Amino acid sequence: MRISTTLLWVFLAVLAAVVVTTPGCTRPVKRPVVVGAKKFTESVILADMGTQLARQGGAEARRDDLGGTPALWLALTQGDIDAYPEYTGTITRQILKAEPPDLAAALAAHGVRISRPFGFRNNYALGMRKDVAAANGITKVSDLRGRPELRLGFIHEFLDRPDGWPGVKRHYDLPQTNVQGMNHTLAYRALVEKAIDVTEVYTTDGEIAQYDLLVLDDDRHFFPAYEAVWLYRADLVDRHPTVVDQLRRLEGRITETKMQRMNAAVQAGKRTEGAVAVEFLRSELGVEVESSDGTLAGRVLTSTREHLLLVVPSLLAAVLVAVPLGVAAARWPRTGRVILAAAGVLQTLPSLALLLFMIPVMMWLTGKGTGAPPAIAALFLYSLLPVVRNTHTGLTGIPVSLRESVAALGLPPLAALWRVELPLAAVTILAGVRTAAVINVGTATLGGFIGAGGYGRPILRGIDKFDVPLMLEGAIPAALLALTIEGLFGLIERACPRNR
Amino acid sequence: MFALRAVSKSYAGQSVLGPLSLDLPAARTTVLIGPSGCGKSTLLRLLLGLVGPDAGVVTFDGQPVTPATAQAVRLRVGYVVQDGGLFPHLTARGNVTLMARHLGRARDPINARVNELAELTRFPADGLDRHPHQLSGGQRQRVGLMRALMLDPDALLLDEPLGALDPLVRTELQSELRDIFRRLNKTVVLVTHDLGEATFFADWVVLLRDGRVIQEGSPRDLWHRPADPFVTRFVQAQRGPEVPT
Repeated sequence: MRISTTLLWVFLAVLAAVVVTTPGCTRPVKRPVVVGAKKFTESVILADMGTQLARQGGAEARRDDLGGTPALWLALTQGDIDAYPEYTGTITRQILKAEPPDLAAALAAHGVRISRPFGFRNNYALGMRKDVAAANGITKVSDLRGRPELRLGFIHEFLDRPDGWPGVKRHYDLPQTNVQGMNHTLAYRALVEKAIDVTEVYTTDGEIAQYDLLVLDDDRHFFPAYEAVWLYRADLVDRHPTVVDQLRRLEGRITETKMQRMNAAVQAGKRTEGAVAVEFLRSELGVEVESSDGTLAGRVLTSTREHLLLVVPSLLAAVLVAVPLGVAAARWPRTGRVILAAAGVLQTLPSLALLLFMIPVMMWLTGKGTGAPPAIAALFLYSLLPVVRNTHTGLTGIPVSLRESVAALGLPPLAALWRVELPLAAVTILAGVRTAAVINVGTATLGGFIGAGGYGRPILRGIDKFDVPLMLEGAIPAALLALTIEGLFGLIERACPRNR
Repeated sequence: MFALRAVSKSYAGQSVLGPLSLDLPAARTTVLIGPSGCGKSTLLRLLLGLVGPDAGVVTFDGQPVTPATAQAVRLRVGYVVQDGGLFPHLTARGNVTLMARHLGRARDPINARVNELAELTRFPADGLDRHPHQLSGGQRQRVGLMRALMLDPDALLLDEPLGALDPLVRTELQSELRDIFRRLNKTVVLVTHDLGEATFFADWVVLLRDGRVIQEGSPRDLWHRPADPFVTRFVQAQRGPEVPT
């Protein structure tokens, strides 16, 4: 049992050392340039190009896949990322919620700059099979007016939005009544199988090239422009002027057709975003680079490091807080009931809800609402209960006769706790830490939802793209890590002689 | 050495002791005896301040035993319980020296004292570095005794110290213990429910029943001049082996 206590402290010391020495916990003087990406193919391809170009500009750079527009904008203004690809329509409608006369000036107020457009638009548009369109003599949206019998299929959101179907219908005075709501991928299938005649498309969808569809000309300019641009932090110009120059090399260089082909290469051709980005840079800009996707081993190593950076600090903090809480709970039974109930309530919260709840909390506490800190905070809260409860159980389970023996020796309460009670409870406490660690490793994968990195990133990307190997790239190492931790704790526990 | 004045104690409204007054004089072996639940173990706990009295005063060496003074009292009193009450995570040596190490005593005097006590209690030297579960019941009891004697206390309290031992070991330890008590000449308070053991050790016997002193005196007094019928019954209830002839 003496060995077990020693081992427990050695284990905690190693954890502490890992946290202190791991890069990322202490902010380096010159941190790398981070290019953000939304979680869809086109954004990832563009961000990957940005990462490669930033390296061309002589900076250390990496890509970070964060999620949706709000998360990216938050990360950009907080300084978690330095640049990301965005669309002008999204900037005015979703971010600024205004149509300022001078977009650059409006963004400058947030410390953000905007590049000139890359050259392609990712607009809403209406698409048809080329043969069906030709048979009906249709090339532009206004041609649809003379064909009321055409069958239309849209995603539900497009059906309801004023800037979707209702707006198009009014703007062009369209007569069609056979309109159904369906899933985007299904709509493409239905169009190809001639189950419907018209659907809405994003002008850079890979499917347009893949199925050789006709995008109807928006001849009366109903749809707003979604020009692709860079948004980057104003301070990036001072920190890495060459990086900004490199990023802006994409201005005016990507046509809609090229973007469609690249999207199709990833979606249909199952190539990686990184490979597609590298190929574009090589053929269009003459930039010779290595794919930033790296090797499988490299990627797994990176996610493992990120995952451990979530698990280790949160677990360590939980142990440091939960053991004293457990001691308090054992010493003062009434307070103990409150502590155990509170820790129990935390455990009943769905982990994803707790994670999302931590975003505003950490925003308020540290001014940084995305990435690792909220994930670590949530994992910390989640790891408390098993350790608190086992510490409490371990201490209250010590036979009364032993506790009297300690007191009768004249050992003061703190010394009794340290020299006798905690060592006696060590095996139980260790079992609690073991449970917390395994739960922690599993729950940490949800950190992918808020851009915290780790094994959750490939898992979530894999789900988005329905790419099973990519999902497994996160899921298998996560399972292995959990097993490894189980094994390690098993070894530590076996090293403790059972003395009771 | 110890004195109790009008002391009473109850748990959850159930009176377990007193009101009771008793003197436990120095350098004498007093045995507290009585049936189960008579309050004899509670009395020992009161002496150490492990529990406080509901009413009355417990004094040690003329000073009241209170939560404030209990720590100091315990350093001057050794306490031995059934089966030794040893800490399973420490070796025999670790158990014996725990308090001395906490007090920051130097290593050499500690080791010298341990060897001296091992000799006194006839504990094998190679057993010192074993854990309690690797020791026999008798050996654990010896370690418990060594631990109680480590700081050379003025008084020694023993709560059913031999209760968990088989008869042969028990008899052997009884005579050794009596030798030790006589040699050390300390104030000893021993709790047992075995009259034979009580008369073997006692200079003075206190018979308790339902938390009150029924009779106190020498073993001979108890046997020949029982104070009431209960004493007679208690004395006669201790039977020897019944062997068919």
